[in-house]
Amino acid sequence: MSIWALRGLRDGVVTTRWPARADDYVDTWRGPATVLPDARVGDGPDIARLCPAGAIEASGQLRVDQGRCILCGHCVAARPDLFAWSAGATGPGAAAAARQALIVPHEPETDQAVQAARAALAERTGALRRSVHVRHVDAGSDGSEEWEVQALLGPVYDVHRLGVFFTASPRHADVLLVTGAGTPGMAGPLRATWEGMPGPKVVIAAGTDAVSGGLLASRLSGADGPVPVDVWVPGSPPSPFGMLNALLIATGKLRAQARGQA
Amino acid sequence: MTIASTAPTVTALREALLARVAGGDRFAGLFAARHESGITLSAHVAVRGEGDAAGAIDTMEAPLPEGATGYPSLTPALGAAFWYERVIRDLAGVVPEGHPRLAPLVAPGSPQDHALPRDVAGYGVFTIPHGPVRSGVFESMEYLVETPGEAIPHLNMRIFYKHRGIAARFAGMPLASGVLLAERAEGIASVAHALAFCHAAEAIAGCEVPRAAAAVRVIHAEVERIANHLDVAMRLADAAGLAVATARFALHKERVMRLASQLCGSRFGRGVVVPGGVAAFPPQGPEDLLSALGQLEKQVNGDAEALMGTSSFLDRLRGTGPLTPGRAREHGALGPIGKASGYCDDARLTRPYDAYPLLAPAVPARQHQAGDAMARLQVRVEEAAQAFTLIRQALAELPGRARPAPRSACDPPDGRATGWAEAPQGEVLYDLEIEGGRIARCQPRSASFHNLVLMHEVFAGDILTDFPFIEASFGLSVAGAAL
Repeated sequence: MSIWALRGLRDGVVTTRWPARADDYVDTWRGPATVLPDARVGDGPDIARLCPAGAIEASGQLRVDQGRCILCGHCVAARPDLFAWSAGATGPGAAAAARQALIVPHEPETDQAVQAARAALAERTGALRRSVHVRHVDAGSDGSEEWEVQALLGPVYDVHRLGVFFTASPRHADVLLVTGAGTPGMAGPLRATWEGMPGPKVVIAAGTDAVSGGLLASRLSGADGPVPVDVWVPGSPPSPFGMLNALLIATGKLRAQARGQA
Repeated sequence: MTIASTAPTVTALREALLARVAGGDRFAGLFAARHESGITLSAHVAVRGEGDAAGAIDTMEAPLPEGATGYPSLTPALGAAFWYERVIRDLAGVVPEGHPRLAPLVAPGSPQDHALPRDVAGYGVFTIPHGPVRSGVFESMEYLVETPGEAIPHLNMRIFYKHRGIAARFAGMPLASGVLLAERAEGIASVAHALAFCHAAEAIAGCEVPRAAAAVRVIHAEVERIANHLDVAMRLADAAGLAVATARFALHKERVMRLASQLCGSRFGRGVVVPGGVAAFPPQGPEDLLSALGQLEKQVNGDAEALMGTSSFLDRLRGTGPLTPGRAREHGALGPIGKASGYCDDARLTRPYDAYPLLAPAVPARQHQAGDAMARLQVRVEEAAQAFTLIRQALAELPGRARPAPRSACDPPDGRATGWAEAPQGEVLYDLEIEGGRIARCQPRSASFHNLVLMHEVFAGDILTDFPFIEASFGLSVAGAAL
């Protein structure tokens, strides 16, 4: 067994220091599509058809619903004058405390609603700050989200250093991390898991599938419904940093850097 | 990639299918589709001949008689159809008459379908329901383990919790969106699913993929294979409680996924494969990639060698979850599971596509017969090592400074074809039908679906603590199985 002890020392410390220190990979991450500030459109319906997931709203002000964006890049490739990728797993295009905050550019009343949602969340989760336990439930994912959640437990992201632990029992859980488009078969088990958690509890919808159903939105509508979602993470799948960011927002550990405050 | 041949009746289809399988061909799928004109039954057969005959997947189709609600089940004569026919009942509502067990598989009907089954009788035998919400980070599925305490005489699996209706969603989609859905059918094998889908579309359109694009496809497919095999190694090490080895393989896997994201912006290689070629070439030059790859290869191979020399770990794998060569051949076991049991039908070798014919073939390093978790891990270690070699060869095919078009036009006329690709889990099939420029029907078949049913049979003498090893050694995806 000693060979493993030695091998474990080979690469030194590989764990990210984020959020205490900057991490290059956080910022190079390609987030969902966004609308360029000076975008002007005349031909509405054709623009909306660029998106296979129906995330573009072109009647009136041009908007992208990042909660439906599957990061295919069709809009960015076809109309680079209107659309661009949002950069970074934690900046614009990252987790939001209200569903409508994912629709960019924000509608006038969005910022106020986000403030209110954040305040309500902070009040509810004030007691959770030091250490939280997370229960993950797959509600019909494509399997990739589980890999990214699993990565949080690995040596690179290592959520334990932030006081975040995964637990098998909903009775021990403070946070419900839901992945997947919300299949009919998982509605019951998902609801039962949520009911089994003691309050105060927070629900994170991780990934475009969990936020809106993604490409399956015509049949499935994500996690919100069986359980009340508090934090929404876009991405198909979201990056591990995106999920880490969401966990910190959900538990009030990352107040200042969170979306909607900037 | 052949177009369907039609049989006049289901009986004729059945005779033809059984004769082909008896003659050495591999049963590769059975599906039912509802059309306006009625219900048809299609069967896929992988030709296992030599010479010119090799390299085909034949699709046979037959209509059900008008008004028929059932047909004589194939399962009693062809065991590999066991789950396929249950799906036909669940999704098409056609009853395979005489099927040994018609419990719901992908679509539960009534609350009774959630009741605990009891297939084994005996003193002290009880059922452990495990799932669908499982301990740890897993995809949702339910295992119903019937046990007297330690041994596992019987196991049932329920995958219907995750059924998303992928096949039905394809209908009516344009081709460009279809490939995105294919990537999300089985997220950990995104590239392979996109490839199989595009191969079908390209076969209908009769278009050629540019040589450089074919090389990029191979690079992404092999990166995906390495990531998947590292994931299995990580899960096996975790099951054995080897904390450092688990962390090491998790680190390597993360590095491989970051390599993928540097190549294309997605950690899962999504958005790369498009009908007719690839969306874009990697932004880096081949030299940068070669050096990154060399480093990675050295680290992965070093730790793999150490893992395969850790005796306390190997003791847990040896003889665990054995699949006999006979059963593997009979079932047509795909991918590493088949290879570990001496049955190798690797689409990259027998039905090569994209740049694989240009590269030195990834011939299995050696034959395995044991069929246990150990052999399955050995196959994965060998495949991962070969994948590095294949990527290096494919990088040599990339254009240097000159950038040719990454894709050729692909506008398929009305038609139907089957496309395939070798995912890390084994062969993926896409039966695609185009009408008026849109997808009329698309039936994916993942290796996960075909192979997962074999887990019923590998618990000979194994006990509950072997369960995580057997599950991890299969390395399958529930999303791909339940679709």
